[in-house]
Amino acid sequence: MNAILNWIEERTGIGSLVQHFLNEDIPASSGWKHVLGSVALFAFLIQATTGVLLALNYAPTVGEAYASIKYILTELTGGSIIRSVHHWGASMMIIVVVLHMAQVFIWGAYKKPREVTWMVGVLLLLLTLAYGLTGYLLPWDNRAYWGTVVTVQIAGLAPVAGEYIQRLLGSDGGPIGAVTFSRFYAAHVLILPPITALMIVFHLYLVRRHGVAPKPHETATKKFYPSQVYKDTVAIFIAFSILLALAIIARVPLGRMADPTDTTYTPRPEWYFLFLFQLLKLFEGPLELLGTLVLPNLAIVALFAVPFIDRSKVVAVGKRGMAMAVLAMAGLVWGSLTFFAVKSTPIDNEFAKALDAPTESWQLLPADELAAIGYFQAAKCGTCHDPKKTLKDDEWLMDHFKTNSGGLSLKDGQWKVLGKLHSGSRLSDVHKDVLTGSTPAHAFAGAAVYQVNQCSACHQLKGIGNKIGPVIDGLAFRRDKPWVLEHFNNPQKLSPGTTMPPYKLKPEDLENLTHYIMMVPR
Amino acid sequence: MTTRRSFSETMIHVFGGLITAAMAGLSGVYLMVPARKRKGAGWVEAADASKLKTGAAEEVVFERTRIDGWRITKEKTSAWIVKKSEQEVIAFSSACTHLGCAYRYDAAAKNFVCPCHISQFSMEGQVLSGPAPRALDRYDVKLDKGRVLLGEIRQA
Repeated sequence: MNAILNWIEERTGIGSLVQHFLNEDIPASSGWKHVLGSVALFAFLIQATTGVLLALNYAPTVGEAYASIKYILTELTGGSIIRSVHHWGASMMIIVVVLHMAQVFIWGAYKKPREVTWMVGVLLLLLTLAYGLTGYLLPWDNRAYWGTVVTVQIAGLAPVAGEYIQRLLGSDGGPIGAVTFSRFYAAHVLILPPITALMIVFHLYLVRRHGVAPKPHETATKKFYPSQVYKDTVAIFIAFSILLALAIIARVPLGRMADPTDTTYTPRPEWYFLFLFQLLKLFEGPLELLGTLVLPNLAIVALFAVPFIDRSKVVAVGKRGMAMAVLAMAGLVWGSLTFFAVKSTPIDNEFAKALDAPTESWQLLPADELAAIGYFQAAKCGTCHDPKKTLKDDEWLMDHFKTNSGGLSLKDGQWKVLGKLHSGSRLSDVHKDVLTGSTPAHAFAGAAVYQVNQCSACHQLKGIGNKIGPVIDGLAFRRDKPWVLEHFNNPQKLSPGTTMPPYKLKPEDLENLTHYIMMVPR
Repeated sequence: MTTRRSFSETMIHVFGGLITAAMAGLSGVYLMVPARKRKGAGWVEAADASKLKTGAAEEVVFERTRIDGWRITKEKTSAWIVKKSEQEVIAFSSACTHLGCAYRYDAAAKNFVCPCHISQFSMEGQVLSGPAPRALDRYDVKLDKGRVLLGEIRQA
């Protein structure tokens, strides 16, 4: 083994290079507080690794991107975890990079001779955000599509340059499509990574050239290896564990496929861009430019200029009150903008969230038909009968059901919907899927309550029923569950003047019905 | 005796190793475990049994659904069908089990011959000679009112 290592060392010098790297002198005061840079580098490496893994099963075209992500999520072992790690890793990278910067800022570690190190760092932050912006489009679901539409529109607001920037982003000002998608993809995987890698190398080179910033008047040093490498590794391991746990617990959902005609979708940017989104709302009319472009760009310029604005002597952290005040202000502004953006997010209850997932077959059926399939299963008709082959007429079936119902007692109206569904006409693919698929029990039960109580006399659901009351489709986007429950109990209280009578249902019926109607998509 | 230095060095290797192992394991299963099977393409009608000659082989071309990763496409494919009797029909995948060449039927000799490396197969698909490592792959076959329905391809 040693002979091999010696051979490699003699030919390449890699061993002594690593030694040289590890034997760097760092200030004796270095310790746990210096781990953030290494964690940021690690986060980048994780993003690169998971990014490559995703690309190995990803089709970067508008037509197939969504299908291939779905394939990764549902058919490949570990695919969902890898995608979640990539998703949460992006957030983690931004958090770590910002913390790293905040720390350097408070310590004043950007001062002479480390100005360029700081500026390259700012560039790395912008590159990190650019990954977030371009990667957001790649799943090609509604969230991705509409979020990017807004981004491209904002770019178009720039005076004079707007039109050209939009063209650069592959848009002619109208809806975005294949060209924008390809440009974002190419930027995400071909343009940004080499620039980032170069900038990271440059950043590290500068850190080595000027050394880690010591405390004021500190001269004592120690070696980078092993004590600091150990602390970095522990921090990296903790970051990795958090990331993996997050990826396993909080799988990232895939929304419905991008739909340019879905006018009901309210786009929201990723959390780290929410402050910009909120800033936009503060400036209207002629001032819009201020919020969209002037202020954000001024902030970027200010970040680059930090080492030139603050040229005072290096002092102990405790004496940098001004820097702390500036950082606290920035944090407060960012925090409150983000807070108000989150607060103003439209109804986003668990049902609305669940409805953003690909729709299940049972959610596409009118309540009568779903209830009928529920009855068919409850009476275990399927153990003897092939539901796809019934050819008798309604009345014959009604009569037959009543005498051969396997102990299931239903009202006439209930038998009738069952008969209707199974007589004559062949079942559609959606029906068959519900019959054989895994429809949740509460959906069948809820649809049965809906059907028995003849809700369709006043409400429409998936095209069936009258429109005397509001249409049920997409209820979750307008109301939350407590409201709906209370509305059944006392409609007058919540909708004064409504003709809807109170419904005193059994608790489980009320629960099933509410759950069911909240899950009917738009 | 463990010094602080050797403790640090050990832990660097332990944590580094754990992260590497986790990522390598995840990548391994992600890239090499076969994709979960979606519902099969089902049965495809390939021929009319009454028009096949008993005891002879016939090549049929039909369209079937192919599940190709995330894509579901229709493609033309072919099979060699041998009608053994009115009740029994077998069907072979048209690719030689050696290197995937398309083999032919020799009506005079009543066997299949692959032109690439001269593998020969019997009417039952068994290897008679040549480099082919195993018998011809067979389709699942179902006879429904005279129609020959083909399903999945299986190794014999």
